[in-house]
Amino acid sequence: MTKTNNIQSILSRILIYTLLIISAIYFLLPLFVMIITSLKDIDEIKNGNLLSLPKEITFAPWIEAWSEARIGSETSGIKPFFINSIIMTVPAVLISSIIGAFNGYVFSKWRFKGSEVFFSLLLFGCFIPFQVILLPMSQTMGYLGLSGSVGGLIFVHVVYGIAFTTLFFRNFYVSIPNELINAARIDGAGFFRIFFKILLPVSLPIFMVCIIWQMTQIWNEFLFGIIFSDADTQPVTVALNNLVNATSTVKKYNVDMAATLIAVAPTLLAYIISGKYFVKGLMAGAVK
Amino acid sequence: MKSKLNFLEHYLPKIVLAPTFLIMIIFIYGFIAWNFILSLTNSKLLPIYTFSGFKQYYALFDSGKWWLAMENLFIFSSLFISFCLAIGLLLAIFIDQKIKFEGFFRTIYLYPMALSFIATGTVWQWMLNPGLGLEKLLIDLGFSNFTFDWLVDSEMAIYTIIIAAVWQSCGFVMILLLAGLRGVNYEVVNAAKIDGASMPLIYWKIIIPQLGPVFFSSIIILLHIAIKTFDLVIAMTKGGPGFSTILPSMFMYDYSFARNKLAFGASSGMMMLFFVMIFVVPYLYIELRKKN
Amino acid sequence: MRNFKSMITALFLFSVLSLHSAEIEVLHWWTSGGEAKSVGALKTMLEKSGHKWKDSSIAGGNGVNAMTVLKSRAVAGNPPAAAQIKGPSIQEWAELGFLANLNKVAKANKWDKVLPKRFADHMKYKGKYVAVPVNVHRINWMWVNPAVFKKAGAKIPTTWKEFEVAAKKIKKAGFIPVAAGGQPWQEATVFETIVLGVGGAKFYKKALVDLDMKALKSKTMKKAFDTLRMVKSYTDKNAPGRDWNLATAMVYKGEAAMQFMGDWAKGEFKVAGKKIGVDYLAVDAPQTAGAYLYNIDSFAMFKQKSNAKTKAQNKLAQLVLSDKFQTIFNNRKGSVPVKLGVSKMPFDDIALRSMDALNSAAYTKELLPSMAHQMSVNDAIKGAIVDVVTEFYNSKMSSSKAVKKLASSVKAEM
Repeated sequence: MTKTNNIQSILSRILIYTLLIISAIYFLLPLFVMIITSLKDIDEIKNGNLLSLPKEITFAPWIEAWSEARIGSETSGIKPFFINSIIMTVPAVLISSIIGAFNGYVFSKWRFKGSEVFFSLLLFGCFIPFQVILLPMSQTMGYLGLSGSVGGLIFVHVVYGIAFTTLFFRNFYVSIPNELINAARIDGAGFFRIFFKILLPVSLPIFMVCIIWQMTQIWNEFLFGIIFSDADTQPVTVALNNLVNATSTVKKYNVDMAATLIAVAPTLLAYIISGKYFVKGLMAGAVK
Repeated sequence: MKSKLNFLEHYLPKIVLAPTFLIMIIFIYGFIAWNFILSLTNSKLLPIYTFSGFKQYYALFDSGKWWLAMENLFIFSSLFISFCLAIGLLLAIFIDQKIKFEGFFRTIYLYPMALSFIATGTVWQWMLNPGLGLEKLLIDLGFSNFTFDWLVDSEMAIYTIIIAAVWQSCGFVMILLLAGLRGVNYEVVNAAKIDGASMPLIYWKIIIPQLGPVFFSSIIILLHIAIKTFDLVIAMTKGGPGFSTILPSMFMYDYSFARNKLAFGASSGMMMLFFVMIFVVPYLYIELRKKN
Repeated sequence: MRNFKSMITALFLFSVLSLHSAEIEVLHWWTSGGEAKSVGALKTMLEKSGHKWKDSSIAGGNGVNAMTVLKSRAVAGNPPAAAQIKGPSIQEWAELGFLANLNKVAKANKWDKVLPKRFADHMKYKGKYVAVPVNVHRINWMWVNPAVFKKAGAKIPTTWKEFEVAAKKIKKAGFIPVAAGGQPWQEATVFETIVLGVGGAKFYKKALVDLDMKALKSKTMKKAFDTLRMVKSYTDKNAPGRDWNLATAMVYKGEAAMQFMGDWAKGEFKVAGKKIGVDYLAVDAPQTAGAYLYNIDSFAMFKQKSNAKTKAQNKLAQLVLSDKFQTIFNNRKGSVPVKLGVSKMPFDDIALRSMDALNSAAYTKELLPSMAHQMSVNDAIKGAIVDVVTEFYNSKMSSSKAVKKLASSVKAEM
């Protein structure tokens, strides 16, 4: 009995690992192709096999992508755009997360008449196709004097990020027992005191979720990046697009791939380093 | 003094929400209203406000291309969501079997979320192209009868987009479901085990039903991704072969900005929102009732 | 004391300079490689004259992304000083009152004299110059790998009939006769080349420039669609989605025999180290020998609020049509100068033949605007035509149905 059970469990283990490894290959394949392509020289790409390892590894495409490639009228590589992206992403992520935290707090612990309707209206707002808002937003930005500025970009990302950050925090705070809040109220703690003393200390995981989600969204966003930026504020996705999607020019696929890998490095790193918190945060209740 | 404080305390929650409320009214619903007004005009290159009634909508309903885009969106979103959920669930269950290197596998499944499609699409295009990628590889390996040419087949190209989209998002669903699985009540599960129920049956009858809310959240997030899918198609097929893989978001962008038919584009934006509403509003309604 | 004096002079000079120099923003979609380098040359020239160039470059979708940006900037009330706009769109922007009058610069630099009238007309709105042309591309080229023809024992075709004979032989010999890129704009490029070949210059003008319904529904148009179908049958099945440069690579690698593409294809051959006349040839597409299907890139100038900016803008317009820039830019991009009388010295054989063809076509009135490249009709109509072409190309639609659909979709957009 135990023996057959053992065999059965060993077999099922083997099955599980096999399937996990096969899926892992499917997930890793595109990354693998990108990495090996970025390390080949252009002749090898043109004449060789997509999946074959580079005969001779070269880092020249990486250097070119980072600081030498011609993007527009400058040979700056994607470096300055990378910096623009950081300047834009950090404040936008923080502001939208903080607003989301307070909103989520109110929606979960200080409900009032109509607050649920308000919340669902906000959620529906997640589904507005961005193509719809390009022109009215430009007009509004022109009116506010934010056209083309970093401030403008941050503003747009905050505005269209709030719905999701609010959703994350609300669903997280809902899972925190109301008894705690009520006890604090009886003790005379006010709105902000309850937030800072009771909720904030346990919010690290959900902040991680929110920050990583927002960072991914904002860092990789392209349409807002081209429309609401100007020459000095274009984010890295715009540069990447300019490099990769130029129409009537000779393509350097290795440089394209190196540029892509550099452009996604921050989000990729964020996932690897903080993935643990991300998972913990989601488990702690972002999904309920 | 104290009553004044109470007064403030009473209104504080609403004051805190006020900026968000204002933003929502202007930047979501205000802009939708603006877009609706635009759809009733004759605007071409830029917005002008001479009204022409529902003309654009009639033209839209007459456009075979628009209905193809809607049909594609329907195929795309239903298959994309189903596959993400199915594969995500399977992976989550496997990972939940106390396996070694859990963090390693999790990260691998999740990382595509971090990538943007601007250049990743190029890689997918290569891999799925019969002359460059998988088909060529397998033929080179000696499987001379192997064909995989969906990317260049008008009928099948939309499915290749699903393959790449599932690749990007199903890891995220896996994480959501994994989190759900860890929150399952195991007393019932153990009781069922003692009664001799098999594991698949336990998953099917006891565990998965408990994941209801997680499935709902996942569906909302996936639907949101599906409707906004744009870069991916541009990078992989540019809507082709022909315009067989066009989606409503591309349709709208193309007509509004490339073809200078702003009012027409706006009408397609309205229709898109309308269809989203049909699917999303009932869900929100259900969610609301449950929470109360 | 002397120091002080020179400081004053410097300050004075600086203030004078800053009064007359300005930073102007230029929006374009030449973002990488050779074409961006060519724009870089213009930037250097402008900055030498004391002004500053603010570069807004946005690639993607043959300028669609750049146009989206331009529209949102116009709506926001701060359009760039110069933007890459082409064909009838120039008049549409002018009609909305956005474009500046360049007649002063035009007069001072005799644009009316140095620009062929047909090209100048594209740049004008109600008799005023509002844009400045940069270059001329010829579309109706056929790029040939002579080695493949030799191996297949085929003759390079000059008519569509000969084309079919040659293509059959090439296919039999195991090569791909036509390297095609299956993207709507490329399919439309082949289509318009065929329309020109099958119907001749007069027919092309009637159908794809004047949008004459009779011509659109005519037997000739039907024949053009049939020819397109025939050409497609000599392409490989992996063409859909392929970028044009990969198709070019198939030609120089010897996998394919021919490609229909504008003269920018030359750059790909050059970079691959191939020799004109030896490794590859550029010949007139079948039955289009005397005709010249052109594609002109241009900068439209937007009205500016400050005088200094207008001055800088005028300087830019003048520089674009300077001999120096025309030579540098067109040499790099594969096009030819839009201006008459630029020295032919630095240009290669293909460019020289393009110039000759341009001159003779202008004389015989076979100088025609490209439909696929947004020169002949507005973008809504162009989109409608391309839709029909690409749908026909990628389905089993009959040519008689295609002709009907072509006429009705064009009509719906008029």
